[in-house]
Amino acid sequence: MIVGRCKIVSSLCLGAYLVAIPAYAEIHFGQAVALSVGVVALVMALGLLFVAILIKDVVHNYLISKVNQGIKDYPKYLENLSSRQISLLLDRMVKKGRVGAILLVMLTLLDFPSLAQSSQPTAGSLLSQGGILITIVLISIPVLAGVIFLFFKITNTLNRYRNQQREAEAGRVAAYLDGIEGKDLAATLQRRKDALDFALSHNELSGALPANDHKGLINNVEHEASLPFVARKRKAHVRPKVDPELSRLITWFIITATFWLVFGTTVGEYLGIKFVAPDADQFSWLSFGRLRPVHTNAVFWGWASLAMLGLGNYVVPRVSNTSLFSIKLGWYTLILINTAVVLGTLSLMAGINNGGGEYREYIWPVMLLFGIGLLLTLINYFKTVASRTTKEIYISNWYIVSSVIFGIVISIVAYVPLWQNGLGETIIQGYYMHQGVGMWFMLFTLGIVYYFLPQQLNKPIYSYSLGILAFWTQILFYTLIGTHHFVFSAIPWWLQTVAIVGSVGMIIPVVAGTTNFLLTFKGAWYKITDSYTLPFFLTGILFYFTGSLQGTAEAFRSTNLLWHFTDFTVAHSHLTMYGIICFLLWAGIYALMPRITGQEPPQITVGAHFWLALIGLLFYTIPLMYGSTMRGLMWMEAKPFIDSVSFMAPFWLWRAIGGSLMWLSHLFFAYNLYRMMVAPGTVDIKETAFEKLRSIDRVP
Amino acid sequence: MDFFDNHNKLFGAAFLLFIGLTAFVAVLPAIDNEQNNAPLPGAVPLSEAAIRGKALYVSNGCVACHTQQVRNVDMDKVWGQRPGLAADYASNRRTDFWRNTATLMGTERTGPDLTSIGSRQPSWEWNLVHLYNPRIVIKQSIMPAYPWLFESKAEPAKEDVVVNVPDAFQRQGMTLVATQDALDLVAYLQSLKQTELPGTAGPAAFLYAKQEQKAESTDQSKLSDTETSENGQMLYATHCQACHQESGEGLKGAFPPLKGSMVVVDKDPSLIVNIIMRGYDARQEYGAMPAVGANADLSPEQIAAIINHERSSWGNNAPKVSVQQVEQIVQKIKEMPVQ
Repeated sequence: MIVGRCKIVSSLCLGAYLVAIPAYAEIHFGQAVALSVGVVALVMALGLLFVAILIKDVVHNYLISKVNQGIKDYPKYLENLSSRQISLLLDRMVKKGRVGAILLVMLTLLDFPSLAQSSQPTAGSLLSQGGILITIVLISIPVLAGVIFLFFKITNTLNRYRNQQREAEAGRVAAYLDGIEGKDLAATLQRRKDALDFALSHNELSGALPANDHKGLINNVEHEASLPFVARKRKAHVRPKVDPELSRLITWFIITATFWLVFGTTVGEYLGIKFVAPDADQFSWLSFGRLRPVHTNAVFWGWASLAMLGLGNYVVPRVSNTSLFSIKLGWYTLILINTAVVLGTLSLMAGINNGGGEYREYIWPVMLLFGIGLLLTLINYFKTVASRTTKEIYISNWYIVSSVIFGIVISIVAYVPLWQNGLGETIIQGYYMHQGVGMWFMLFTLGIVYYFLPQQLNKPIYSYSLGILAFWTQILFYTLIGTHHFVFSAIPWWLQTVAIVGSVGMIIPVVAGTTNFLLTFKGAWYKITDSYTLPFFLTGILFYFTGSLQGTAEAFRSTNLLWHFTDFTVAHSHLTMYGIICFLLWAGIYALMPRITGQEPPQITVGAHFWLALIGLLFYTIPLMYGSTMRGLMWMEAKPFIDSVSFMAPFWLWRAIGGSLMWLSHLFFAYNLYRMMVAPGTVDIKETAFEKLRSIDRVP
Repeated sequence: MDFFDNHNKLFGAAFLLFIGLTAFVAVLPAIDNEQNNAPLPGAVPLSEAAIRGKALYVSNGCVACHTQQVRNVDMDKVWGQRPGLAADYASNRRTDFWRNTATLMGTERTGPDLTSIGSRQPSWEWNLVHLYNPRIVIKQSIMPAYPWLFESKAEPAKEDVVVNVPDAFQRQGMTLVATQDALDLVAYLQSLKQTELPGTAGPAAFLYAKQEQKAESTDQSKLSDTETSENGQMLYATHCQACHQESGEGLKGAFPPLKGSMVVVDKDPSLIVNIIMRGYDARQEYGAMPAVGANADLSPEQIAAIINHERSSWGNNAPKVSVQQVEQIVQKIKEMPVQ
């Protein structure tokens, strides 16, 4: 059974592409033949052209050497001589000796055995048959090789002949050079030689004084540097000390968030495997339907929310130029949210859920804890902003505080039972799931970016007013788009239309936000290469653009026909929740943690985290989007449903592979977090030596 | 601007804008729907068992992969006879003190839509076997198995519902028995049917219907009378394969084989057309067959294509039937009084 499963998996892997595109195979073969014939023809034409030029050159030389032997324009050879050639000539002019030989570089060319084949692929009426086409393509390969060999052969022969001609000419030039004399010429040549021999003394700028770094600008001096396997990135700036109490709170937010990331994606990874091996286990607590919401809720409310709040605890007081209103409220929030996710996870696995709406699976007592946590956060943030020492409210706080307000509103609307009967539940569900993503995660994360991105680039945000435009238009349009998850369903047609119009309106805040961020990079692009946070920011911003606009495209009625109900939605939600939110949160964490702990992560593991996450995400989403599109087409063509399930198998396998890479990157992230918190255990010899020195001094 | 430098005014404005829009697109439409909605007159309330089954459906997260909505687009025709209406969901109310309403419309169709699974697959035997391990009946399926809804007993009691599964899927010498939970869940699935619209009001049309491509090579005049433009194998996969299997061998003790079946290869196709159109439950040892033809509204061309596929596959070698023959029989069946 298990062996059989393995076989299926491996054969799926091999057959992935053949399964996917049988309908287009014929067209592809036709194109391949045309292409290979074209390549052969092109190479032959180029070869002929080159040979023709060579022949023309040879003939030209031959004619010239025949016609006027005596009156040749030899003085042209006196131009552009090198210093060595001039000194040789001058010597000779002085000594009037005899010229021995003039060196000419000769090309020694290999004599290829002729493998030329004269057969040409003939395109006949059989061209529509696959086997014939493959054969033609295969045959054209040695034919092409033969043509190339033939071409080299001809070129070599011609080159040899041309070089004989040039050698004869060189002999004549030498004879001429041997014969010239004259004082003026000698003086000119000598001047030229002096000029060519000019060289700098290498201390024009530095002077002759010994080097000395008075201002301590040079750091990281290493006498025995090893090979740089990992690009060396800039260290975090030393910042004013953060209140240790606040540091501890933030660190715990990030630690618990990272725990939920690893836990949630381990579950997600297992779910991905279940698409390939549905009988991996048969425990009720681990069955697909129960684990799926465990995954989504753990990464939503556990990972992303806690990480955002942790970063928010730093950003909100920082841009208000004050301290956090209450550290204690922060701890309450941390405990409440973590409790909610633990209880929610356990109850979901035990089969207790709220009724099946996505991200609304936690029953109300559990979500109430989360809601209270948000309320305490709102009080904390709001009072902090209220006690700010700046006049204006920095844009980050617009986004962050508003998103907490909206988060609370959304939860209340979703859980109050007064409007949930019949289709009311569905209308609220569409609103809730999308506002959760857009008004809670996206808005809060944008606020974080508005602080950390300019800080990391060490320049102000490009445009404050673009940020404000994006803020209000995001509220205006995003709030409307929830029901685009239920296009063509029984909910009112006008409501679906409003959602689609709102989705199109989202172009405004997305383009405004992306433009603002990218223009903030303007003039500082070079900083990306020596920063380990900026690549995360840039990736997040690019996915913000593509992922969000993809959402707009998906909302149209025509695209709904094709993609709705398929895994395209899953790919989209990972492009956005992972590509945007996770990457931006990682960027923020890598920017913040070294500042509050003084420890930096090893750059090789940060690099591993970044590339595994990015490549994993692409492996996850691209095959899934392709497969889903084909699956949608199969449904539209009324193919048997089960065929569309078998068809998806290779794409689900790709999803599992991409998911594995993403999961691995999270382990690296967890390790990096550990390294950012804990000082390395090894004894620093230098530091310890000076410590000892100080203790010796103290002893009188 | 002073307005935006005042945190009360700024966040107050954002809050009010958001609340206003929320009321406009979520709360008010939801309340409106609640107040102007009622179940169709013909709607059958869920039985006690079905209510318990629905709770199991919810708690096991079936909605993650199965939708319960027939959209008003042509591609959804396979899932129901008419597009879903608000009234279809009107009887869904808050589950209990702890749990919200569950309309279970869903957003993913990893598995088939279940709006009318009660009409499409009314066989208890099939549903139980399928729940125990879906790959017994559909080998390509990736649905989870639900073995914890079943018990293995050495000696089943008289009132126990025995489930016949192939030997490879259960322990030697034991008999598989459905628990009350399994029976409840199947009762819920059986209850999922579209309610007929009352009176003469026709249902809303399915949108985006495929344009018939007359120009294609499926020129009817060139086909002999036993050939159709329909693909019998595809139709068989959609409508018949879940029980009778791709191999045509059926499942022992659950679904009869079509390979070598006298009904299939009989010269006179009356009986087989009758079974396809009206279902069949005459043989004790096998599960009941639904009225596949009537449920899916199959045309005589499609029925002929299915029959001809069955007559010429798996070693069956019976003369093909013509569309006219099938059409006449279907006509006769329709004229018969409803029993």
